[in-house]
Amino acid sequence: MGMVRESQFHVLAVDDSHLDRKMIERLLQKSSCQVTTVDSGSKALEFLGLRESNDQNALETHQEVEINLIITDYCMPGMTGYDLLKKVKESVAFRSIPVVIMSSENVPARISRCLEEGAEEFFLKPVKLADVTKLKPHMMKTKLKKEGEKPSEEENATLKPEESLVVEMILPLNQELELEQKEPMLSSNKRKAMEEVISADRSRPKYNDITTSV
Amino acid sequence: LMTAKSLASKETVNGRCWFYSDDDDGISVYLNRELHAMNTVVAQLQTQFQDYLVSLYQQGFLDNQFTELRKLQDEGTPDFVAEVVSLFFDDCSKLINSMSRSLERPENVDFKQVDSGVHQLKGSSSSVGARRVKNVCISFKECCDVQNREGCLRCLQQVDYEYKMLKTKLQDLFNLEKQIVQAGGAIPQHFPSYTILRPDIRPCLDA
Repeated sequence: MGMVRESQFHVLAVDDSHLDRKMIERLLQKSSCQVTTVDSGSKALEFLGLRESNDQNALETHQEVEINLIITDYCMPGMTGYDLLKKVKESVAFRSIPVVIMSSENVPARISRCLEEGAEEFFLKPVKLADVTKLKPHMMKTKLKKEGEKPSEEENATLKPEESLVVEMILPLNQELELEQKEPMLSSNKRKAMEEVISADRSRPKYNDITTSV
Repeated sequence: LMTAKSLASKETVNGRCWFYSDDDDGISVYLNRELHAMNTVVAQLQTQFQDYLVSLYQQGFLDNQFTELRKLQDEGTPDFVAEVVSLFFDDCSKLINSMSRSLERPENVDFKQVDSGVHQLKGSSSSVGARRVKNVCISFKECCDVQNREGCLRCLQQVDYEYKMLKTKLQDLFNLEKQIVQAGGAIPQHFPSYTILRPDIRPCLDA
């Protein structure tokens, strides 16, 4: 128990919308993560301790704070989430930090471009609790790496019971984790249909089932 | 059944409630009746709340995302939904004003600015589950894409109406929540919900 508390994951969340920052912060806190929110890509880099520079030889300061995951909005003025992703993956000090992109728009070309650039996941907004639970395996990977285990040995290493459970959750992106809440990334129509089904169900409340607990 | 001996009376002295009785049974019977009465009030408020919440979904004001929003609220963050919703309404007001200015002069409409505003509004409404507002934003974007100023103005008016309507509805919902808490009850969390009482207000109705 004590060990879990000490190694709480720290997530850096980037979004120019105040409302969305509040949402993502709460979502992550609800999943027991420590959260830092910033409103731009450049502030994110600043927080990480990476100076924004085009000069390849520019000094990268050592990572100030240990960040286990960066989750960023795609559409932001100035530096987009994609630009931020690129900068992180180009940097020697920070490329191992998993990056997740969020977007309100379902643009397949955008999604594949981000994944190709090294994003671990692409979430369609609005992000739900079920999405955030997918993040734990990615953050666990960096913890394991830091503890000196080689990446290729991860599956074979003897893992403690709670860690082996986490490894089982690492599925290919095109596989749907949730059976109840299917959210395939590329078919928003299906998702809309699901929502309509859910609301139809909810329009028939079963009042005869109400029990007063006394 | 209660005998004359068991009947208790109640008096309020200096803002505090005092129960008088000849015997212990009278006190407990009276307390149980009081608690039962409170329980009934709470149950009624909870049903009222549930009915109202259901109606907001049925009438299309809210969608599944509002449910997700409620999931994020707990004892540690009891005002979360109200805060987020308040941010949303502030956004609405601000964006509607700026878009209105952009659309003002027919010969000089800044459709780029309007598009940006609609995009943000669509995003926020989607995040909080404000279904009707979001749907207007979809039409609004279409008008913007074809640079239809008249259409944009109509959508602007509609989005203004919808967000204000939702604001009133949610205010009523939050008021019901407040009443439940003040009456000593718990706010139903699950959807659809059943009557839930706080453990410290659970009466025994042996009498």
